Amino acid sequence: MAVTILIKGGRVIDPASKRDEIGDVWIVDGKIAASGHAPQRTIEARDQWVVPGLIDLHVHLREPGHEAKETIASGCAAAVAGGFTSVACMANSGQPLDSAMAIRYVLDRAREAGSARVFPIGAVTKGLRGEQLAEIGLMAKAGAKAFSDDGVPIVNSEIMRRALEYAAMFGSCIVSHCEDPDLTRGALINEGRVATELGLRGWPSVAEASMAARDVMLARWTGGRVHIAHVSARETVEVIRAAKRNGVRVTAEAAPHHVTLTEERLREYDSRFKMNPPLRTAEDVESVLAALADGTIDCIASDHAPHTTEEKEQELAACPNGVVGLETTLGVVLTDLVTNGKLSATRAVEAMTVNPARILGVPYGTLAVGAPGDITVIDPARKWTVDPAKFRSKGRSTPWAGRTLKGAAAVTIVEGRIVHDV
Amino acid sequence: MAWTSQVLATTRWNQAHLLGIRDLSRDDLLSVLSVARELKNVPPSDAPLRGRRLLAFFVESSTRTRTSFGIAARRLGMEVIDVSPGSSSLSKGESLKDTTRTIDAMGVDQVVIRHPASGAPRFVSNALRASVINAGDGANEHPTQALLDLFTMEERLGRVTGLRIALVGDILHSRVARSNLWAHRLLGNRVTVVGPATLVPRDVQAMGADVSHRLDPVLETHDVIMMLRLQLERQHAGLFPSTAEYAELFGLTRERLARLREDTIVMHPGPMNRGWEISAEAADSGRSVILDQVANGVFVRMAVLLLLDSARGKNLTTKAPKHEERVS
Repeated sequence: MAVTILIKGGRVIDPASKRDEIGDVWIVDGKIAASGHAPQRTIEARDQWVVPGLIDLHVHLREPGHEAKETIASGCAAAVAGGFTSVACMANSGQPLDSAMAIRYVLDRAREAGSARVFPIGAVTKGLRGEQLAEIGLMAKAGAKAFSDDGVPIVNSEIMRRALEYAAMFGSCIVSHCEDPDLTRGALINEGRVATELGLRGWPSVAEASMAARDVMLARWTGGRVHIAHVSARETVEVIRAAKRNGVRVTAEAAPHHVTLTEERLREYDSRFKMNPPLRTAEDVESVLAALADGTIDCIASDHAPHTTEEKEQELAACPNGVVGLETTLGVVLTDLVTNGKLSATRAVEAMTVNPARILGVPYGTLAVGAPGDITVIDPARKWTVDPAKFRSKGRSTPWAGRTLKGAAAVTIVEGRIVHDV
Repeated sequence: MAWTSQVLATTRWNQAHLLGIRDLSRDDLLSVLSVARELKNVPPSDAPLRGRRLLAFFVESSTRTRTSFGIAARRLGMEVIDVSPGSSSLSKGESLKDTTRTIDAMGVDQVVIRHPASGAPRFVSNALRASVINAGDGANEHPTQALLDLFTMEERLGRVTGLRIALVGDILHSRVARSNLWAHRLLGNRVTVVGPATLVPRDVQAMGADVSHRLDPVLETHDVIMMLRLQLERQHAGLFPSTAEYAELFGLTRERLARLREDTIVMHPGPMNRGWEISAEAADSGRSVILDQVANGVFVRMAVLLLLDSARGKNLTTKAPKHEERVS
């Protein structure tokens, strides 16, 4: 039941309306309001940030099919605990989200869970096999907000071309997992100094950048819209920067680990640092971060990829790619990027609110009057230690286990309902 | 007993495991060579490791390394238990973690492991009370091979420093090359890696090596020419066009052999592909120390077994490799 909420005296940061000031925010009837009266709940937000509900546009919720790794309910619980009011979930669950029925299933389960909003991303191709277009139109009608075969690349350029053309009819973008699989077969970590020293098969940056180059060229040719997922390499940044300069409809995201950690972490063969694309060099980190700061990369997305403990506790070669991120992204961004001045607070908030909302074409990510009452109240000073045993997510593998972070979500509100409150 | 304690007393070995040359200090490395030298000069009359158990856990096939470890351990009086992949529970889907814990519960003193995955011995050592010896993991390391290579160099050239070494062939997939690179870096020797561009890993210069894509220029300037085994599957993967072309460009042919300096030695970790990376003339010439390498392997492995045994109870943890994190 929506109640009238007053969030008092916080630093209100709403990049969508270029607002950054101390002030009050009201939620009346589940919507942002200019004013109100008799609030049932008043949140004292002095020294806190009041921002639009955070949106993570790259999350793997695993359900249906891989419920041992994560369920829609556990993933949504993790999301709101981490300050996210909305998540977009990828299509590569155990049973691919490649039909309207599957999209409706996810939306139903999310409604039952009743915490974060879920924007399903439908598969581009049937069964994620990269061969035939899935029913993009019917999925869009059922509520899919974007399309992606993420987890695997769309190797066939003809399919990618047609997908861009087709999805554009529904105003949707194609989220591209850029990886030339011939260049990455058997690869475990970034190709470079560490892989060479450890004798591990390397994943070269060019496998990402060359696919990104193909995709922006196809977007340019078709007029379609492409979103480059999890940018990890300097060369990919250069591709995107040039494409944007040429007016191509391209957007991009970076994961927190790709702007804070390097391949050096793999020297101990620690599976908590194994993900796809892999951690790269300090030069790549610098470049991706600079692109995030200057807007070449539009948003921060966690690529939350939960696996079971049994799966992740194996030797590096055997354990699957992926780490969780929903409960650490905000803390890592504040601690490692904002506090030390690498990213402004406004830019960080923009990259986690209005930008992902625009890419998905959803009316969230703003505190404009009349907008849905999704708000995250952030305590930028709160120190806490990452303890995977306390995660709401079923996934426990994180590069930040044991790390002390500064900054956390104090209150998470979805459509005027308080879904997380510490 | 007196013999071994006397020999070991002068050494400065400081490792709980032998996972790779990368983890060793110069003192560790020289300790192995000096103990191996003593063992070769005066074989121990007693059985200093009687009652100790060595588990040989070879997940990847091996003849010479496995046999060499077996002989070394038995000469020291150890009981050797062999576990091969066919008979182990790995084929029943048990995880490496559980296999390791099972081994630990049975109570062995040392485990020698070969595994196709780089890093597997380190993974195993984290869950084991026994000392772990890496007998080859993926393309990462094969430390006892590098140690026996050094021992053989010292025997034939009279020194292990001030050397120029050429490692020739498939550097990309070679654990022998990596262990040698770490060893020579520790000793300050100059290493040139020689091979086709497709078989030389990116950024190998960061390991202290010079790179050459031609064999001929290194023939007259190096003290050691170490030929590495070429595997046909690399041709199938498109990394070189044919064994004939490879032999022509990178093989130690009769003609190239003739151009070596008088005192240059030829090495090969085996097994050899005669006619591909090495000609019969080169393999069988007076400069070839290939069989010395095999013979010395036993003494070097005995030294490693003794040193690791002496380190037990010292409560050592293997030194963490240097972190060079540049970004927080």
